[in-house]
Amino acid sequence: MAEETVTMRIWRGDKGGGAFQEFQVEAHEGEVVLDVIHRIQATQANDLAVRWNCKAGRCGSCSAEVNGRPRLTCMTRMNLFASGEPVTVAPMKTFPIIKDLVTDVSFNFEMAKRVPAFKPRPREPDGTYRMRQEDIDRVQEFHKCIECFLCQNVCHVIRDHDENKPHFAGPRLFIRYAELEMHPLDTNDRRELLKTEMGLGYCNITKCCSEVCPESIHITDNAIIPLKERVVDEFYDPVKFVVRKLTGRNKKV
Amino acid sequence: MADGDRYETHEHDVIVIGAGGAGLRAAIEASAQGASTALVCKSLLGKAHTVMAEGGIAAALSNVYPEDNWQVHFRDTMRGGKMLNNWRMAQLHAQEAPDRVNELEEWGALFDRTADGRILQRDFGGHRYARLAHVGDRTGLEMIRTLQHNAVHKGIDVYMECTIVRLLKDGDRIAGAVGYWRESGKFVVFRAKAVVLATGGIGKAWKITSNSWEYTGDGHALALWAGADLIDMEFVQFHPTGMVWPPSVRGILVTEGVRGDGGVLKNSPGERFMFRYIPEMFRAETAETEEEADRWYTDKKNARRTPDLLPRDEVARAINTEVKEGRGSPHGGVLLDIATRRDADYIRRRLPSMYQQFMELADVDITKEAMEVGPTCHYVMGGVRVDAETQASTVPGLFAAGEVAGGMHGANRLGGNSLSDLLVFGRRAGLHAAEYARSHTSTPTVDTGEAEALVHESLAPFDRTEGENPYSVHEDLQECMQSLVGIIRAEAELRKALDELALLKQRVARLKVIGHRQYNPGWHLALDLRSMLAVSEATALAALERRESRGGHTRDDYPDPDPEFGKANVVVRQRGDEIAITQEPLLAMPDDLKKLMEG
Repeated sequence: MAEETVTMRIWRGDKGGGAFQEFQVEAHEGEVVLDVIHRIQATQANDLAVRWNCKAGRCGSCSAEVNGRPRLTCMTRMNLFASGEPVTVAPMKTFPIIKDLVTDVSFNFEMAKRVPAFKPRPREPDGTYRMRQEDIDRVQEFHKCIECFLCQNVCHVIRDHDENKPHFAGPRLFIRYAELEMHPLDTNDRRELLKTEMGLGYCNITKCCSEVCPESIHITDNAIIPLKERVVDEFYDPVKFVVRKLTGRNKKV
Repeated sequence: MADGDRYETHEHDVIVIGAGGAGLRAAIEASAQGASTALVCKSLLGKAHTVMAEGGIAAALSNVYPEDNWQVHFRDTMRGGKMLNNWRMAQLHAQEAPDRVNELEEWGALFDRTADGRILQRDFGGHRYARLAHVGDRTGLEMIRTLQHNAVHKGIDVYMECTIVRLLKDGDRIAGAVGYWRESGKFVVFRAKAVVLATGGIGKAWKITSNSWEYTGDGHALALWAGADLIDMEFVQFHPTGMVWPPSVRGILVTEGVRGDGGVLKNSPGERFMFRYIPEMFRAETAETEEEADRWYTDKKNARRTPDLLPRDEVARAINTEVKEGRGSPHGGVLLDIATRRDADYIRRRLPSMYQQFMELADVDITKEAMEVGPTCHYVMGGVRVDAETQASTVPGLFAAGEVAGGMHGANRLGGNSLSDLLVFGRRAGLHAAEYARSHTSTPTVDTGEAEALVHESLAPFDRTEGENPYSVHEDLQECMQSLVGIIRAEAELRKALDELALLKQRVARLKVIGHRQYNPGWHLALDLRSMLAVSEATALAALERRESRGGHTRDDYPDPDPEFGKANVVVRQRGDEIAITQEPLLAMPDDLKKLMEG
């Protein structure tokens, strides 16, 4: 593909409603969906709303549903699609529409505020924190998250059930909880919160979130399932139950 | 006041504009000092340009090389900056960077580890020892996320997707700022005792750039319009290694970590050409042969650094020359080869983002093939003139930190010194802005008439029935800056650029936007163009004034450094509509620090 004219069907509208609008636009060699959207914006629809920042898959701003699949538009090459077929771009469905491809993702930021803070243990006598690389590998995997919110977008617990949002943190935030719970230095305990207020039990591990993660984070296998196990250990282990009752303590053991 | 001109008002002790590393660190500190703090940013929280930083944070932790210390880091920074740096900033930076890195770890950051469990450090250009604390090649993400998570619990009021268009003053003193919500297009007036600018850089005025849409020089322009001094605006860093192919990715950054981890630059005949470009200043500490250069990665005591890791200005100019003389790669860059030098597992582990970026965007497997790279506009050394200790600008109540501040990096910034700069001076700016606010009990008065006029002026593009598309004007501006105020400059071209900028200014005054105020990128660009033009003009004027070549400023007509220019900063200031350019002497470095420069 050196240069060709493509048909883009882009959803336009606001919270009051909208529809797909068709654009005929040039696409050049090597371009991604976001490049073509930018060309439409520059030449045909200056007011077409789309979020983006880095255009290199680092910032997670340009999430949308391309031909029905949740993707980063900056990392989706145009040559992925059959020549001559229209390419459809719609906003993420799970979040309220602001305008065109831009959605209100504030739910995620509100949920982030409810995560109890990182609380490190004291430093070693020499003033350092010693951690082995192999002990942080799994947490570093979670730190790769670029907060594109595509995992939140596909999660069926909230995708079709707005009413679940106040008591369901969602895959992005479960990664956040997992990285804290598994952080070698952290001393906080968030398991009861996960169970009672963050809806960890709602997840029935269909792995939709892991499938769309542009960073290939094993959200279900490495974060959510281990979190579920930790919660089970804590709350359904009879010995720990007795200890908790007797001491009134609720600490990590 | 017409209905559409209405605005909401918020009052804080300190407002921080920009939420990258510097802004977040400043807000955390101001808030910790008890100041009522607002953090205002153009994007969503956590999306700022810091997220794209790859290689690492330079800090003399001495974990890998016990010989390292702040004095060596200071020396490297000053020499990298061609001795034009504000020495006191460079000193504070080198002294405080290790504490700031350790603090990030205490806040939850997980850097890659040494065998004995401490923070690992990597090699980078211009640094004598392996000095960069890092997380693979996504250090910026780790940093911004750590700061973001920390800030969430600090009671800071965050105003996301909110763009500031002008600072307000009460007499000489800062009084607040006027901005608009990108989402609704409605206006906001902030009343504040102190303002911290942390808006980053100006790269969006150039065509080939590693910078995101936000980098429109807002903070530089806001400071200039508020009467603050800018310094060193002629020094723009072209990072030597941006992607060049395919065209849609041109300019996207390829981390210096590729070379730090063993990658080398080659021209089309396959020659490691950097050995022909070692400047006198770095000859004594640079390897002469490929054998010595290769040995240096593991033996820093008996071998000298590879010329592939000379400071960025040197490498960018060398690549430019190779391409110009016909030894470039097929698409007009040079080759960056790590595939033949390190095994595939090592490359994927150390450079996972680079691997993914080339694989997905360019169909290149960097474990098997060389990358094509060329210079890309990356960073501005120049910025708001600040006091080294407090980050106070020349306007009372106005502070600046990070890329928007000038002085720290002199004529050229070393890789890795940016993230540490953000932390060290972000903290200082927040601390002193809060102190300033505390010592001024009265909140300054905002001139509501002025605020209303600014709102009205910002909405003017909607009222025009005829006028140009802002995207066309932006494209022409980028073309102008790329071709006339690029890596290599000359008087005739700079004068031509100034003429073109004058015409572009007239065109910006006549822009027309379509649609309505809600999330309208065309309108946002029309407003951002005003900042881009202001910084472009400042850069071109300062570049014309400096009739020598030094660091990130190369003049074809004055190819050598001139010792006289080595004693002065070029200062840009605006009074009324007039922009004045002056040369002012550098701060004198004390003798004990001068001694560190010898040898």
